[in-house]
Amino acid sequence: MPKKLVSLTLNGKQHDGVAPDNMLLLDYLREGLGLTGTKTGCDGGECGACTILVDGRAQLACLTLVAQVAGKSVETVEGLSSNGQLSDVQAGFHEKLGSQCGACTPGFVMATEALLRANTNPTDDDIRNALGSNICRCTGYIKIFDAVHHAAALRREEDPAPYPTVADQAA
Amino acid sequence: MDALHSFEVIRPKTVDEALAARIAHRHSRMIGGGTDLLVNIRRRIETPSVLIDTSDLTDLKTIEHGDTGLSIGASVRLFEVAEHPNIQHFYPAIAQAAGSIAGPTHRNMGTVGGNLCLDTRCIYYNQSEWWREANDHCLKTELGDMCHVAPKSKGVCFATYSGDLAPALMLFGAEIDLLGPDGERTVAMRDFYIGSSRQDGSKGDGINYMAIKPGEFVVRVRASSPGRLISGYDKIRIRRSIEYPVAGCAAALTRDDDTLTDIRIAFTGTNPRPVFLEGTADLAGSTLSDSVLEGIDNLCKDQLMSMKTTFTPGHYRRRVATQMAKRLVGQLFNAAG
Repeated sequence: MPKKLVSLTLNGKQHDGVAPDNMLLLDYLREGLGLTGTKTGCDGGECGACTILVDGRAQLACLTLVAQVAGKSVETVEGLSSNGQLSDVQAGFHEKLGSQCGACTPGFVMATEALLRANTNPTDDDIRNALGSNICRCTGYIKIFDAVHHAAALRREEDPAPYPTVADQAA
Repeated sequence: MDALHSFEVIRPKTVDEALAARIAHRHSRMIGGGTDLLVNIRRRIETPSVLIDTSDLTDLKTIEHGDTGLSIGASVRLFEVAEHPNIQHFYPAIAQAAGSIAGPTHRNMGTVGGNLCLDTRCIYYNQSEWWREANDHCLKTELGDMCHVAPKSKGVCFATYSGDLAPALMLFGAEIDLLGPDGERTVAMRDFYIGSSRQDGSKGDGINYMAIKPGEFVVRVRASSPGRLISGYDKIRIRRSIEYPVAGCAAALTRDDDTLTDIRIAFTGTNPRPVFLEGTADLAGSTLSDSVLEGIDNLCKDQLMSMKTTFTPGHYRRRVATQMAKRLVGQLFNAAG
């Protein structure tokens, strides 16, 4: 299979590479560029672990060909942190324990990033709708809701709600 | 999954270029979002030699709404239909159907043309190559010669049509504009889907489910003005956030005082075609009584033909579809009052 030149914007920087037409974006990111933050999950569009942003909207890298994103802007989880500092979404997932085994987390983080760019004050329903394509088998989702609310507060530059204590929960 | 077979991707900038590519490559497939096609390619269900990416066709990315009706280009993404204020207001069934397709990430990718042409589905078909091989393949792939759902079907495939937009669009007498080597032509949506699986003696089934000629592709779909119709869409699925329908139902009606003056119902996920329920006109003319609901029951029993093509049994899906239709009609009738 002959390779073709591919130009795209990757995490804000111009990227020129070569890839055959039958190469999936997921394989290109992980194996071609070593950007293994984007995870391979179900490999069939059912789990959301490979969620990335294409032109600012959440898409699945496992069902996208490299040739389809030529000329577009692709963002992966590697593009979020800067100078070793977690982004607000990553900090939210870290602070509220929104991640356990971590396999689904980059996908959730990217889907959350897309949500917060459109809506910095999401309700539980907004979150449920925006993260509907992602599956987590560890957290039971409760902590992911907390993480997104925390991240949204950080994005609004407000003090996030403190962690409820056992006494708070009893009350 | 396995590595993908070799193919070429063409990204035409104009509709004319797309048509030229389509004519030049007989075994090409159009790819919009790829959320269905790429899964099938990864499972080696399909091995097209050329994929024609429609994402640069700006002419096919417009939604137009006017007094005469609605026109949606084939490359419009599904989230755009779901979020369009005029579609939400005048054609709620279409917006709700678009908003219920798969999950939010898929709706960012998937296109209207792709959803209309969604491949029919079956548990014996949407499987990996080794799974299908171990099961001696099936009718719908080139290698098999038996339908595992209906072993005595004598060459008829019962794979189920699962697109959500088609039943909602059918309520408004939608037509599909196709472009091909012989130019542009328009087909009424009810004639476009031909997968009757010999229910009416015609040829179409789960394999030949669209009246589309070689080299043709969908350019847009048009729906007529809703007039006073109020409409809605409902869908049952195993996972509510992301799944093909166990059954989907679109309904529209008009109500004058207490009289049901028009009633239209269409289904997906039950037959190898989206089913526009025939004979509902006879149910109009009175209030929404038990006899109307019984009438819907009887029409569904007659026209819905769900088989064991998904994880849920066929008779269950038919009952779910019928129940959903009655519930939706009740809700719309109350909302119109």
